[in-house]
Amino acid sequence: MSAIKINKLTKTFGGITAISNIDMDIDRGTIAGLIGPNGAGKTTLFNLLTGMYTPSSGDISYKDKNIKKLKPYKITDYGISRTFQNIRLFKNMTVLDNVSLAFNHNIDCNIFSAIFRLPSYYKEEERIHDSSLKLLEIFNLEDKKDELAKNLPYGEQRRLEIARALAADPDLLLLDEPAAGMNPNETKELTELIKWIRDKFKLTIILIEHDMSLVMGICDKIYVLDYGTLIAEGTPDEVQNNERVIEAYLGRKVSC
Amino acid sequence: MGKLLQQLVNGITLGSIYALIALGYTMVYGIINLINFAHGDIFMLGAYIGFALTTFLNMSFIPALVISMLSCAIIGVVIEKVAYKPIRNSSRIAALITAISVSLFIEYVMMYFVSAETRTFPDVLAGKKINILNGRVILNSKDIYIIIITILLMIMLQYIIHNTKIGKAMRAVSLDSEAAQLMGINVDKTISYTFAIGSALAGAAGVLVGVYYNSIDPLMGMVPGLKAFIAAVIGGIGIIPGAMFGGIFLGLTETMVSAYGNSLYKDAVAFAILIIVLIIKPNGLFGTTAREKV
Amino acid sequence: MKWFNKKNIKMIILVLGTYAISEILIKANIIDSYIEMNLVIIGINIILAVSLNLITGFTGQFSLGHAGFMAIGAYVSAIATAKLGLPFIAAILLAAVSAAFVGLLIGIPTLRLKGDYLAIATLGFSEIIRNILLNIEYVGGASGFNDIPQYTTWTWIYFMVVITVTVIKNFVNSYAGRACIAIREDEIAAEAMGVNTTLYKVLSFIIGAFFAGIAGALYANYFYFIKPDAFGFMKSIDILVIVVFGGMGSIKGSIVGAFLLSLISLLLQSVPEIRMILYSLILFTIMVYRPQGILGDYESSVKLFKRGGKLNVGNQNK
Repeated sequence: MSAIKINKLTKTFGGITAISNIDMDIDRGTIAGLIGPNGAGKTTLFNLLTGMYTPSSGDISYKDKNIKKLKPYKITDYGISRTFQNIRLFKNMTVLDNVSLAFNHNIDCNIFSAIFRLPSYYKEEERIHDSSLKLLEIFNLEDKKDELAKNLPYGEQRRLEIARALAADPDLLLLDEPAAGMNPNETKELTELIKWIRDKFKLTIILIEHDMSLVMGICDKIYVLDYGTLIAEGTPDEVQNNERVIEAYLGRKVSC
Repeated sequence: MGKLLQQLVNGITLGSIYALIALGYTMVYGIINLINFAHGDIFMLGAYIGFALTTFLNMSFIPALVISMLSCAIIGVVIEKVAYKPIRNSSRIAALITAISVSLFIEYVMMYFVSAETRTFPDVLAGKKINILNGRVILNSKDIYIIIITILLMIMLQYIIHNTKIGKAMRAVSLDSEAAQLMGINVDKTISYTFAIGSALAGAAGVLVGVYYNSIDPLMGMVPGLKAFIAAVIGGIGIIPGAMFGGIFLGLTETMVSAYGNSLYKDAVAFAILIIVLIIKPNGLFGTTAREKV
Repeated sequence: MKWFNKKNIKMIILVLGTYAISEILIKANIIDSYIEMNLVIIGINIILAVSLNLITGFTGQFSLGHAGFMAIGAYVSAIATAKLGLPFIAAILLAAVSAAFVGLLIGIPTLRLKGDYLAIATLGFSEIIRNILLNIEYVGGASGFNDIPQYTTWTWIYFMVVITVTVIKNFVNSYAGRACIAIREDEIAAEAMGVNTTLYKVLSFIIGAFFAGIAGALYANYFYFIKPDAFGFMKSIDILVIVVFGGMGSIKGSIVGAFLLSLISLLLQSVPEIRMILYSLILFTIMVYRPQGILGDYESSVKLFKRGGKLNVGNQNK
């Protein structure tokens, strides 16, 4: 069953073609890897999927809906959430608030109940508070809940970003280089964490990564991008032995 | 037909003034991303210096103009060093607030010392009436002077920008300051030069306005300053030909609105144009569209 | 009633108690009409500062046109009371709603603008409003609108301040406030996390304008004479100085800032140039040495005002 289907997706910026004729069909509940040299267009693809860019041509079909013209917050409403390559936390908000914020679009009260402090406001605040804390516990961040996000060490910031993305209640989670800057131990923990959240939250995950141990370790299927086009797709084994892929990476070693 | 030509000349004259001031705005924004709110006040200072030179030292027009320009250049450099350098690594909002504070400071220090009343500029540039087209268009020689001086200054500016080392440095720094530094360009000095040139042009505009309209006051920089900023935005802020174009365009538009529409609304029209440009093409008519990387 | 807790009861008693005391002092003429006038000015400034803080300090939308909203409120209230003979409560509501509507009109087209471009656009809108008012004979044009019934009492001021602070405080300390602050911190990330940034940016303009309109109405019906030039760029700067001085993103800061700066204005009213020079020095000093103002959050102010050391030179930082 398809989680998200991309059909001949193309994106040009002025004279530059960032993405060209991409076809992808990702099954529900799988973890798909998106790899390729820097500048291949991976983050651009994420930006297209989340509505930050509008495709120049092509379609994106999610839950039987064509989402290519929707605004980002609407797409989040439909169940797609993401993390960012360069960590975009709300630096001067607390850890707890960062996560709570993502619950906003599912809130069941309005501005008036907030201003006049009606019962529905308190009920929702409590629900959000408890749900946020539960998520923080999963990511081992609950004792830092009142800390400002900018004061967290790098690894915890990355975890917080994932926690925040999950608070948005997605069915499809896009992770943009979640292991960047992590040491092998942290990466191993992250690998287990990703598998675990996929199972617990019943997610489909698309993962951009350069760390091949992570990619080959948990991905069910891998897509390889180079200069904006899809040059290979398949299981980790298939992709590792693909000549075009090896060429694109200039003989980059893949460790198992 | 005669009236139209008359208004065209008026518009170009007014537009020349706006263009001279707008050039300073655009050069400074291009190089340090700052809307120099105090720029209009340098224009005012130029007028007062010209006033002082012609009234108290009995100088004639050209020397007064030149000395006023030089003084404004120095003042501009001083302002940059004292007020803008400390906030160079701050956000644009902070820079804007700082610029506003500098503007207020200059205006009210002047108010305190010279009082708010308007002064009359001595008639150093004799206004002669020139009849052309059988008297249907009456030009004032002051118009000609302003337009010619503006053209001369712009030619000089273009020469500096494109044919001198410092001009090249200015262009380099406004494109990529770090790369410019790596190429051995002294960024601080380049910024100072930019302020100096921009302020000199504003000072010239001040003297010309004093000569043309004959009256000056401490707050005279506010509205022309804002209008010149609008002109710079119209052409594309940071783009020098854009400032020239924007200035003339705004001058013509304002004159036409005054002559054929309702002169009471000319300010509102200028601001309306600003908002429309900011919304439709924020980088101006000559600008390119920038994009934030996600 | 969840809000009926100990902390809020103490606050209610404090607010009512202070009011009672102030009324007694006024009746006993210990607070004479001169002091009362200054308290009125402080009250109006608090409403203006807190409402601007919502737009600029909390949501990060830099607005230099707040005086425009005040102007709308003042003139609508003046028309409603002087020309239409409406009761004050109706006039205030009309004023607030009109100003809020203009806030909506200004908030929508300026959505895509950022930082200093947004500031200049809001300044432009405010100047357009002033320019239009100067040319409407019905409200007196440049000579101003005179003989506005003096309905504003200390009671009105006091409770309007209380309402303004309570409403904005409740808004900010709720999920909506979190959305606004998130927009200020990182608009792209906020949008990605499901925040309808358009809605919240426009909403903050609407609410901010609403209360500025109330301030305008209170002003018009106290000083019984208004003219368009009182609501120009200088007025917007005055309010901005209070917000920056008190601390962007701090409601307490706006209240304290309004007090202190109104006092400074009062002391310097015989030398208005010195007052403006002092204002300019205050602004400058804060920007360079203490961007968080008196009570602001250092961290959020640094974010708003500094760029973490990256040199703001050249086009690449646009």
